[in-house]
Amino acid sequence: MNTEVGISLTINGERISRRVEARRHLIDFLRLDLGLMGSHTGCEHGVCGACTVRVNGLIVRGCLVLAVSLDGATVETIEGMSDTGEIRDLQDAFVARNACQCGYCTPGMLVTAAELLSDAAKTRAVPSRAAIREHLSGNYCRCTGYHAIVDAVETVARARADGAGTGTGQP
Amino acid sequence: MKARAFRYERAHALADVFRLQSEADGGAQFLAGGQSLLASLAFRLSEPSLLIDISRLAELKGISVLPTSDVRVGALTTHRELGAHPDVCRHVPLLTEAVPLIAHAAIRNLGTIGGSLAYADAAAELPACCVALEARIIAVGPGGERAIPATSFFTGLFTTALAENELIRAVEFPCAAPGDRSTIIELTRRSGDYAMAGLVMRATGGRQASRLVYFGVGATPVVASEAANALGPTPWSAEKIAAAQTALDRDLDPPADQHGGPDMKRHLARVLLARAIKKLEAQPEAHAA
Repeated sequence: MNTEVGISLTINGERISRRVEARRHLIDFLRLDLGLMGSHTGCEHGVCGACTVRVNGLIVRGCLVLAVSLDGATVETIEGMSDTGEIRDLQDAFVARNACQCGYCTPGMLVTAAELLSDAAKTRAVPSRAAIREHLSGNYCRCTGYHAIVDAVETVARARADGAGTGTGQP
Repeated sequence: MKARAFRYERAHALADVFRLQSEADGGAQFLAGGQSLLASLAFRLSEPSLLIDISRLAELKGISVLPTSDVRVGALTTHRELGAHPDVCRHVPLLTEAVPLIAHAAIRNLGTIGGSLAYADAAAELPACCVALEARIIAVGPGGERAIPATSFFTGLFTTALAENELIRAVEFPCAAPGDRSTIIELTRRSGDYAMAGLVMRATGGRQASRLVYFGVGATPVVASEAANALGPTPWSAEKIAAAQTALDRDLDPPADQHGGPDMKRHLARVLLARAIKKLEAQPEAHAA
């Protein structure tokens, strides 16, 4: 049975063409085929959020997406989002607030929080702590460092709303 | 936690779907948003020989208000799109209220209404909403379309009235009438997880007759008609609410699950009824335009 399929997609701004096994989910494709180890494999059934990445501009669980289904898609991982500086302020706040303990959930937390912050920025609103917790509710931190994570996200939300700029320093 | 090997085909038109499916001779499954399917593949609860990717079928997309004053929602509408659509918010506000309760943001970005209904998880929100709203599920197969009332669509645990060679094309919801009120409420261990128990409540017409549909307390969404009768028209006095809570024992026969036994589920159902009534009463006007 031939189960390999050719796909072409854009990952962190780079055009990639590969043949992948149909059953390969996006996180195995990123980590094992492309060596992008920033996205973490956790539960592999959509519960923990450690594998959160962006596909076509929206966050998804990488373990719940088949690589073959992404022909023509745009994928952004924590590596790409770090390189562009888009979430520099959020990463700095995670360090400053000690919101990163063992670090396993951190890439997923950052990608998830980035979506909340960019949605909130459209209306220049600062999400409440309850809204931050709700948005992050699909991401487990098994160190249970949630309080520091919410602190870090809230700090950035306030700073961005005050016009301190986005992660790139651009308005 | 790795899926068994399977073949993959991307469908570009409905005709492709039915051809591929008949060639697979019963071994095919449809891939829409994949948010339930990929987990079941990972656990090998599902072992198709072929996945037919229907996620790019234009025929299954889009939201429109029909001349019959129904809102037609394409099967591939994601939860995120459903929750943000102005026509849905205006005419079927219950759905707008329900969307934030469905899983988590990353799952709402890909999960679809058609996928949720076809998967038919007994603890999911949208099946209960469709039953409460008396929606019509538009199924399409090689022979054409047919409309299935949501009230007879869910036939058992993870089982629907769809034939093997049918898929959901759209869902049609009647627009809320002036004076209609509705709400959804659920109890979960973690925000976004499947509900331990949930309730969709509607009150319609001048006498505000109520319709109660529970989820997470049976194999399918459960219509609690005894409790609705006991509650009767507004005003809902404390005595009538208590009578309705007692009547729930005749409506519900909840099986034990990982959350608890039948007694706990019955208790949660009574709590939900009181909370839903409070929420409905806090809605001053119909939220329909």
